[in-house]
Amino acid sequence: MTTIAEQGEHRYVLNMGPQHPSTHGVLRVILEMEGEYVMDPQPVLGYGHRMHEKMAESRPWPNFLPNAARMDYLSALIYNHGYVGVVERLAGIEATPRAEYIRVITSELNRLQSHLLWLGVLVLDLGAFTPIMYTFEDREKILDILEDVTGSRLTYCYMRVGGVVRDIDDKFVEGTREFIKWQRSRMPMYDKLVTGNIIFRKRIEQIGEFSPDLARRYGLTGPVLRGTGIPYDIRRAEPYSVYPEFDFEIPTETTGDCMAAYLVRVREIEQSLRILEQALDKLPDGPAMAKVPKKLKLPAGDACYAVESPRGELVYHLTGDGSDTPYRMKIRVPSFSNLSLLPELCRGMLLSDLCACMGSLDLVIPEIDR
Amino acid sequence: MKDYFALIFSGGKSLIVGMMITLREAFRPVVTVQYPREKLPISPNFRGHTILIRDNEKPEKHRCISCKMCERECPSNCIELAGEKREGVKGMVLITYRLDFTKCSLCGTCVEVCPTAALDFSKVYQHVGFAREDFHYDLLAMVEEEEK
Amino acid sequence: MSPEMPTGFFPPELLRILFTVICAIVIVFGNAVVMGYLERKLAGRFQRRPGPMEVGWHGILQLAVDGVKLVGKQLMVPKQTDKVLYRLAPIISFAPAIMPMVVIPFAPNLQGRDFDIGLIFILAVVAINVLAILIAGWSSNNKYSLLGAMRSVAQNVAYEIPMLLTLLSVILVTNTFSLRGIVEAQSGGAWFIFFMPVAFLIFFAATLAETNRAPFDLPEAESELTAGFMTEFSGMGFSLFFMAEYTYMFIACSLTTILFLGGWSGPPLPYGEYTSALWFFAKVYSLLLVMIWIRWTFPRVRFDQLLNFCWKYLVPFSLVHLLVTAVVVKL
Repeated sequence: MTTIAEQGEHRYVLNMGPQHPSTHGVLRVILEMEGEYVMDPQPVLGYGHRMHEKMAESRPWPNFLPNAARMDYLSALIYNHGYVGVVERLAGIEATPRAEYIRVITSELNRLQSHLLWLGVLVLDLGAFTPIMYTFEDREKILDILEDVTGSRLTYCYMRVGGVVRDIDDKFVEGTREFIKWQRSRMPMYDKLVTGNIIFRKRIEQIGEFSPDLARRYGLTGPVLRGTGIPYDIRRAEPYSVYPEFDFEIPTETTGDCMAAYLVRVREIEQSLRILEQALDKLPDGPAMAKVPKKLKLPAGDACYAVESPRGELVYHLTGDGSDTPYRMKIRVPSFSNLSLLPELCRGMLLSDLCACMGSLDLVIPEIDR
Repeated sequence: MKDYFALIFSGGKSLIVGMMITLREAFRPVVTVQYPREKLPISPNFRGHTILIRDNEKPEKHRCISCKMCERECPSNCIELAGEKREGVKGMVLITYRLDFTKCSLCGTCVEVCPTAALDFSKVYQHVGFAREDFHYDLLAMVEEEEK
Repeated sequence: MSPEMPTGFFPPELLRILFTVICAIVIVFGNAVVMGYLERKLAGRFQRRPGPMEVGWHGILQLAVDGVKLVGKQLMVPKQTDKVLYRLAPIISFAPAIMPMVVIPFAPNLQGRDFDIGLIFILAVVAINVLAILIAGWSSNNKYSLLGAMRSVAQNVAYEIPMLLTLLSVILVTNTFSLRGIVEAQSGGAWFIFFMPVAFLIFFAATLAETNRAPFDLPEAESELTAGFMTEFSGMGFSLFFMAEYTYMFIACSLTTILFLGGWSGPPLPYGEYTSALWFFAKVYSLLLVMIWIRWTFPRVRFDQLLNFCWKYLVPFSLVHLLVTAVVVKL
């Protein structure tokens, strides 16, 4: 890499962040610029580092439950799901069938609200203010449904080893069914307002293209990877919970640009709605919480549990040593790998395209820093 | 050349379609709530800070037996409670129950582990204070205050 | 000018000048207040929220309160700025915004001065704004500001070409640069928008870019450049830019009204010499509403797309339009 001095005086450094409208949090990107062109973007991480992994290793395992939601505040329930999943797998506990269904339903609702927020924010990054208000109207409905059953609106701590805290009731089921209908009726509007808009299309089509090969090398997962044509989704590739029982597609695109990631996510909204519908139809009766020993010790050994977060593959790796405190906990978060692509992806790009690219990667900074 | 004009036509059309959507939305009712003037009903399952449930059948008006389960299990170490032995009373009597709400993450572990189901979530969501100490809630005092 | 000019203490000519200046300032400030309120209220409506609601009936005094706040703010001059230019930039931006008010014909008898070259005068004066933005961006000594300023210059220079070319089409028909002459040429409902709608669209798109409005608001571009050339400005410096922006929008829409929508012409009103200004303002504000509507609907275009749009679409179209107009006029 050549330094600025070698390049001559026409290069300068632009400090984007940690406070910048389109870095969505405390991400700092040091941009080496040439005019409006970004020649070398370097993300600087760690502004939101809270030692989640170390916290898991220094306290009894149940104490990590609320932490899971604080990593990715947009998919807290899915992070919950991953953590209770890994503990269950290590301790050999089975959640009740009803609890598994409830987990899937709430996870998918969580995924929907994350995608809705992303949709609004991406368009906001591109300069349109209004769509985010419309997506928030939809998102608010999900939050109301989830608040009613989990008790909170953003950082849920809903799942427990063996089941869930509170069983869902008819009101929840009805509310979700109504929401599915509502969301289906809204999607054509977004299609016309956002997807069809010529300015929007011109802004993200053929921007930030990358090959499946590059995606593999950087360990990309989630909609960004599926945008390059690789149908890799943990819900299919390594099924967990009761996902094998549902009929849904893994949307893929082939171009690998920002538009592909956009289209994949928009189509995933419809797939999530389908999963929700089927899960509500098949919802079994029974207890929502299995019998779990009161003082559960983690047996010595390793367990790994992967879930599909809205941003990609989330893996919890837990090592127990026979006590109730984990010996080691490793969390593999999708945004970290997705962000690592940024320097390669955005070299030689316009500053505006960099914003579009970061928007389409759908970064959640606390998740990257952990 | 054909593409050139086709793009103008389709692009212009998409812009007009977009503008029609925002225009239509502009005449639909407002969805926001003027917060301090109007308030939305809170879900009965909302989780505010924890409180001691008032139980008039008990002599202390609450069910806490000072077993300190919640203090031990709390992930954030935000509960601090003490009990004492009193003559003529079976078991421990709670003398302080302090909740440091600045640290609480509302996970609900304390409510779940409580052997006598003495704790519950409040419906309070407006917390205002000038100092950190304003959020150190004394749950015992709250129960007693309810009496008045 | 008549030879027997009265020579009292207040000659009518002086009164007229004073009156014009006062009216110009009132229009500039009044427009900024009305537009500020309208924009926020309409933005709210488009986004399914009520907009400002707290100060006065439906937030009608919000802008007054904001004004007091901005005036009361400390004047911050960041270190390492060019102190003189930094203070001068908002003034250079705002002062020329008042001048075009003199030549705009609001009604047959409501016009400060009717220059033979009124149109050119407006365009010349308004072009100073680019300089102000460049000065603001440069003197702030901030990279975001500088990027915004550079964008603004390229954008404004590029978009003046299609704008002037479409103007020429109109001038070919009216044979005059006088704004009053142009309006009178359209009397009786023969508005130019009916004869040359393409020119109207090109001109309107160009004015959007000239006034830095969305979807061409690249000099500000808050999601990329935080606030563009205004990043370092606060208090009155900011509010002067803010008022200047709304005034330039008003001027741009006035020009569009005069050139294509027949200026003050409309159904006759009592005392039409003065009251037909109502038609003028109605037309100007409906154009401004469309500008607001556009801003709250579309994403921002990219810089190269902005210039491509100008050179590949607007300029060829306006050239062809000019040619066609010339041929038609000759016939």
